[in-house]
Amino acid sequence: MSEIEPPAMSSGISHAAPPVVAVRQVTKRFPGVLANDRISLEFRAGEVHVLLGENGAGKSTLIGILAGMQQPDEGEVLVDGRAVTIGSPRESLEYGIGTVFQHVLLVPSLSVIENLMLGGNWWQRLSRGPALARFRELSALLGVTIDPDAEVGRLSLGEQQQVEIMRALWRGEKVLILDEPTSMLTPQGVHDLGQVMRRLRDKGVALILITHKLMEAYEFGDRISVLRLGRVVGDIPPERLRSMSEAETTEAVIEMMFGSTAEHARDAETLVGRGRPVHRDRTVDRSAPPLLAVRDLETEATRGECPLRHVSFDLWPGEVLGIAGVDGNGQKHLAEVLAGQRAVAAGRIDLAGMDVTDDGVPARRRHGVRYVTDERLGEGTVGIFSVATNLVLKEIGTEPLWRRGWSDWGRIHEHARDQIERNDIRTPSEKTPVARLSGGNIQKVLLARELNTDARVAVFNKPTYGLDLQNTRIAHERIVTSADRGVAVVVVSTDLDELIQVSDRIGVMFQGRLAGIVENGPDVERRVGLLMTGAEAA
Amino acid sequence: MEGLLTQPFLTALLFGAVTAGIPLLLAGLGEQISEKAGVLNIGIEGMMLFGAYTGFVAAYYSGSFGLGFLAGGLGGMLVASLVMLFCIRFGLNQIVIGIAVTLGFEGLTSLLHHFQFSRTYPRLSAAPTLAIPGLSEIPVLGPGLFQQNAMVYLAVALVVFMAWLFRNTYVGLNLEAAGSKPAALDAAGVDVLRTRACAVLSTGFLAGVGGAFMANVGAGIFVPFMTGGAGFIGIVLAMLARGRPIWVLLGAILFGVSLAMTTALQVAGVNIPTDVVQMLPFAMVMLVLVIFARHSVLPPALGLPYVRGDR
Ligand SMILES: Nc1ncnc2c1ncn2[C@@H]1O[C@H](COP(=O)(O)OP(=O)(O)OP(=O)(O)O)[C@@H](O)[C@H]1O
Ligand SMILES: [Mg+2]
Repeated sequence: MSEIEPPAMSSGISHAAPPVVAVRQVTKRFPGVLANDRISLEFRAGEVHVLLGENGAGKSTLIGILAGMQQPDEGEVLVDGRAVTIGSPRESLEYGIGTVFQHVLLVPSLSVIENLMLGGNWWQRLSRGPALARFRELSALLGVTIDPDAEVGRLSLGEQQQVEIMRALWRGEKVLILDEPTSMLTPQGVHDLGQVMRRLRDKGVALILITHKLMEAYEFGDRISVLRLGRVVGDIPPERLRSMSEAETTEAVIEMMFGSTAEHARDAETLVGRGRPVHRDRTVDRSAPPLLAVRDLETEATRGECPLRHVSFDLWPGEVLGIAGVDGNGQKHLAEVLAGQRAVAAGRIDLAGMDVTDDGVPARRRHGVRYVTDERLGEGTVGIFSVATNLVLKEIGTEPLWRRGWSDWGRIHEHARDQIERNDIRTPSEKTPVARLSGGNIQKVLLARELNTDARVAVFNKPTYGLDLQNTRIAHERIVTSADRGVAVVVVSTDLDELIQVSDRIGVMFQGRLAGIVENGPDVERRVGLLMTGAEAA
Repeated sequence: MEGLLTQPFLTALLFGAVTAGIPLLLAGLGEQISEKAGVLNIGIEGMMLFGAYTGFVAAYYSGSFGLGFLAGGLGGMLVASLVMLFCIRFGLNQIVIGIAVTLGFEGLTSLLHHFQFSRTYPRLSAAPTLAIPGLSEIPVLGPGLFQQNAMVYLAVALVVFMAWLFRNTYVGLNLEAAGSKPAALDAAGVDVLRTRACAVLSTGFLAGVGGAFMANVGAGIFVPFMTGGAGFIGIVLAMLARGRPIWVLLGAILFGVSLAMTTALQVAGVNIPTDVVQMLPFAMVMLVLVIFARHSVLPPALGLPYVRGDR
């Protein structure tokens, strides 16, 4: 007996099955943006339909329409062949559509299990028993170990993402939408999710998967559609996809995403990170004294987060240290401690031979420490502030953009226009509130702000999550370029491929400890994998 | 001052504290529901006052205290429906509307009272009391606490009920979600605006009953502006209670005692200027704020209108 109850479906679904959900000529405009431009797509039972497209292409907007969060300006939505209006998320759920949104939509002050129960009939009493049983079922299925009574706000983003996936699976919908569900997951988590998706598909569920990772698209997808500037620019149907190799698919998709092959074929390989790694052959001079010396760092175990235990490492100028590990093993504390955002309970941090352990954020910034958080909304940016203000958020009140406490708006906006241009930030204007941008474009704002000024030590927590291929590549290149200029860089990521791309060495966090550091090179995957499971340094 | 600790004085003090504290308790509990759902209900003073008026009128003409409470609750709800319309449906600023509602109904009740009763202040007969068998025999405590109007016991029972509601029901979850992360509630298929509207109407009902209690049980008459800031004390109580009804009760007791103290001290003929004595409750408000305000935890979405799909 299986764990997930899909709607009754006749077996033997083929590509001839009628679409469960379809959109026809759907158009959606926002002030200054044409987010969806006459999109027509069909989503079929027993099919994993992958949506690809650059940042701001309009994928999440389309999902919002199916989820009842947005109303299309033109065009129609069809469920089981009938034109319907999905006027609210409730109606969407009633049509059997479950959604994992790109940005976590959970109540931080409620427990995991309460979040999962949310939405039940209000006149009924909460019944924890059945809910817990269902929770255990889904945990086993997804390979998740989360305390059902933990407050959601205290979980790592990766864990929150897993809770979000559980919620979408909770009722056993006939259409399941996943908007970048893997951005915070480890390879193992992605693998488990893939298994679940296959199982659901085989039971006749229609799945819509949005991702920026072509590997996932190829591995999990039955059909691929590519969006660009709000339009559908390409489609690979199942028959064709089955007959294509991964390399062929990659090439075809990149051509659809970024234009003609002639221009970009050269880049296709590099875009997906195959072939030439970003990492260039340069040697780090480890005979010189290290720029950053970290000794026996410990933090308080606040709010149920994993604290640091005896973390020590050295980092030389021009070196990129990758930090791998399952999300929630102390990476967040490590990044925050290095940034000066969190006090240490014990241990010491030396920057160029100077003790900076007790320096706060402003002092560390003056010493050239830069930090990109993984919480781009909330901690990283102020949603209602303009893109321009967010680009200078950490310099507010300082020269030259502020003079004697007065904002020089002319300059701030000029600075913003320049950054928008250089970082390809898709926004109607520099005055648009940053929360209105697409997920990837908010991330670009964050990266632009931290990479823009002179840094000596840069700490990145999941720097490329939500970025499309091209921007991921650009971000990687900029990280490595800054290392080439002598910056000491720490990159925290759950994506091992990314770390292999950019790092000189890779350290693995496990239960608050630095389980080991290995040199990047052949066989690094296996050695990191060993460390991740808690085995001793290979 | 030696006359202070006599039995009659203490009994009067307790009885007075309960009488003064119940309207605060009802207002505080009501405000707590709104705030949990993310609505800062500044108009609660107006709801109390209008509830006091409608409650008094109903009790005056029908002679029934029960009908008085019901009418008070409905009067409060009527005012709340304005807040619901402007703040929740149209998403207007909750503070501005709240102040407008309070000022508006202060004026309206005075006007209505003037038309109806001219310059007379008719008085109701004393409110019926319900002695709890056994407990009411205890000296001092008995007559002070256990020979009260039935609404007193109901209000205290409401504390327990609300604590249970918040923890064990979907209503509790929905309220929490509406104030903490409304988009998550919406995504779960629950109408945020409807949840908030119900919360605001409940607040209106409770505040109205509180107002009716003040007029019918506490004073026995209706006087314009008689709530005198009780609604605002209710807001303070709700803000400091961190979503826990029991803390509203404790706060209401504290303020009830200090309010009762002003009367009791005057009755006991203690030689302190009345102006000073009458400042006591308000000094208490400030003291409590100075000590506890730092610890208040407010819902993240408090005061923010919810618009689906906006980001
Ligand atoms: N609620 C909104 N208000 C204003 N503009 C919006 C809103 N939602 C989306 N947009 C705009 O619509 C465009 C498409 O955004 P969308 O989020 O659909 O992109 P996406 O394809 O999901 O990108 P990403 O890969 O970065 O998540 C963007 O330019 C974005 O700024
Ligand atoms: Mg998106």
